[in-house]
Amino acid sequence: MADDPLLSVEDLEVHFPIRSGVLQRQVGVVKAVDGISFSIGRQETLSLVGESGCGKSTTGLALMGLIKPTGGRVRFEGQEIKSFSRPALKAYRRRMQIVFQDPFSSLNPRQRVRDAIRSALDIHQVGSRKQREDEVAQFMERVGLRPDQANNFPHQFSGGQRQRIGIARALALKPDIIVCDEPVSALDVSVQAQILNLLSDLQQELGVSFLFISHDLGVVEHISQRVAVMYLGKIVEIADKTSIFSEAIHPYTEMLLASEPTLDPRKRHTFSASYDDVPSAINKPTGCPFHTRCPLSTDQCRRDEPPLSSRQDGRLVACHHR
Amino acid sequence: MNQQPPVPGKEPALAVSNLEIRIRGDHDTFTVVSDMALSVHPGETVCIVGESGCGKSITALSLLRLLPEAAHVEAGTVTINGEDFLSMDQRRVEDFRGEQIAMIFQEPLTALNPVLTIGEQIAESVRQHRQVSRRQARARAVETLQLVQMPDPERRSRQYPHQLSGGMRQRAMIALALACDPKIIVADEPTTALDVTIQAQILGLISDLQKRMGTALVLITHDLAVVAEVADRVVVMYSGRRVEEASVYDLFDNPVHPYTLGLMGAIPRSAGGQVGGRLVDITGTVPPLWDLPTGCAFAPRCPRADSRCHSEQPPYEEKRPGHFAACWEPDNG
Repeated sequence: MADDPLLSVEDLEVHFPIRSGVLQRQVGVVKAVDGISFSIGRQETLSLVGESGCGKSTTGLALMGLIKPTGGRVRFEGQEIKSFSRPALKAYRRRMQIVFQDPFSSLNPRQRVRDAIRSALDIHQVGSRKQREDEVAQFMERVGLRPDQANNFPHQFSGGQRQRIGIARALALKPDIIVCDEPVSALDVSVQAQILNLLSDLQQELGVSFLFISHDLGVVEHISQRVAVMYLGKIVEIADKTSIFSEAIHPYTEMLLASEPTLDPRKRHTFSASYDDVPSAINKPTGCPFHTRCPLSTDQCRRDEPPLSSRQDGRLVACHHR
Repeated sequence: MNQQPPVPGKEPALAVSNLEIRIRGDHDTFTVVSDMALSVHPGETVCIVGESGCGKSITALSLLRLLPEAAHVEAGTVTINGEDFLSMDQRRVEDFRGEQIAMIFQEPLTALNPVLTIGEQIAESVRQHRQVSRRQARARAVETLQLVQMPDPERRSRQYPHQLSGGMRQRAMIALALACDPKIIVADEPTTALDVTIQAQILGLISDLQKRMGTALVLITHDLAVVAEVADRVVVMYSGRRVEEASVYDLFDNPVHPYTLGLMGAIPRSAGGQVGGRLVDITGTVPPLWDLPTGCAFAPRCPRADSRCHSEQPPYEEKRPGHFAACWEPDNG
């Protein structure tokens, strides 16, 4: 157990075809996730951070088998999940669950909360009916909901409460790893704090690992042990939290950290107003994907894509110049 | 209008006092904003901060008389450039919007007209206010796009909103607001829909332009970090009322109201450093506006609430020079 990471991902690739015209011929490809590798240990939180369109959510969905990866290998406790076919997924999904971003659209409005939480137990036929009912009540209590609300419908709950329902549903099968796809970005800051505290408590208690997907650097700094920064389908830097936040190596990580507003009015940034836009994954720049915005870019960056290579303290960085 | 300390020799560009806004519900009406006051001087940035449902956006809309049909101003005044904006007739209101006061909305994709090009939309607003030819109005549109540092402004002015990226759209919307040199700009969450690197550019742009043109800026946000970056003064709202107001330095150094303290503690970065440190969470949820508690609206969630807090509304008063708050506790912080 010590050697094998819980989950390891190698060269994961999710490419979507672009079709156009009457015959729906393929005219191009969106490289949403373009060969990324990482691993997650037990009771560890790894964050995927990046801006919209960088492929962080697609990565989460692909690992859940909700989108079929077009390439790469995923190993769970050293065992390769080969086909992402239904029976293979069923066993694997018992161990891996997901909490979605939007607590409004990720719950069926016509399903009682009890049924939403219990459905995973039903599918996997865990215990007797009575036991499942008891489990539901237990998990509701555990995430801070009153079990007597079990017969209510999602619209009777606030945003924060709905996110708790989503978490209870993900916990029901006692998974080893939970993919949290922007679980707090739709919530107000005071409620966000409640949910983040709940997630840390659950990790302590149940030993569950998180793949935490977020665009919010503050949230990422708070919750994770390790951080992977993504840009246009690639991981550009991966390191433990303290080193990445104290000293970014990749110029993109640096840019992200410098863009984050401070909480101290005496240390204001002088943000540059000049225009600088993110290229899209449809027509990705050649060479290093970041070269169009990078202050260090040279001819080499325009030509060759830098590999993710290791630096001191086990950090991995994809840059020719750092 | 004697609640703000007057700045010598300067009239506020925008003054709001005793503003009360009510909304018609299914059965009866209820108050969504009460006893709101605000004064913004030329060149000053005042931020209104609070969580969803605190009344910050509806306050912003009322400043431009753009309230939705179900809402109306029950009492109070909005004075722009010395004139009472709320009792003005519709024609003058339209003159004022754009020339005196303009708005930047949160979501440019819904605020911009999808069937007109960016240039047409800006030119339309210019022709509404200025006696100029179509050609001159178009030239002014390109000029404003240049002002907001839109890349390739000539070409972009002939494009439709869907052809622009999120950051460019927000620049187009700022250009639209600036087209007639308004004295006051109201920006409702102008960077909330944007990625952090783009947010930095837009914040840089807004404060840049404001400094250059001396505009009074009212910025509505839920993000205290944005407040720390741009505000001169800050108003914190909770359940439709002001709970605290101070200069940005004073507010971050010595927050008085327990709600402000809670908001600051709830931000993940403030707990940063200590690994696995817990965030201060404000227990419970915001009470619904149609069923507010009798005393202080924050009392049910407040760690320091006593019996008086639950029965009587605390007055909004000056706790320290220039630092206002509504809290019964005499000297907290």
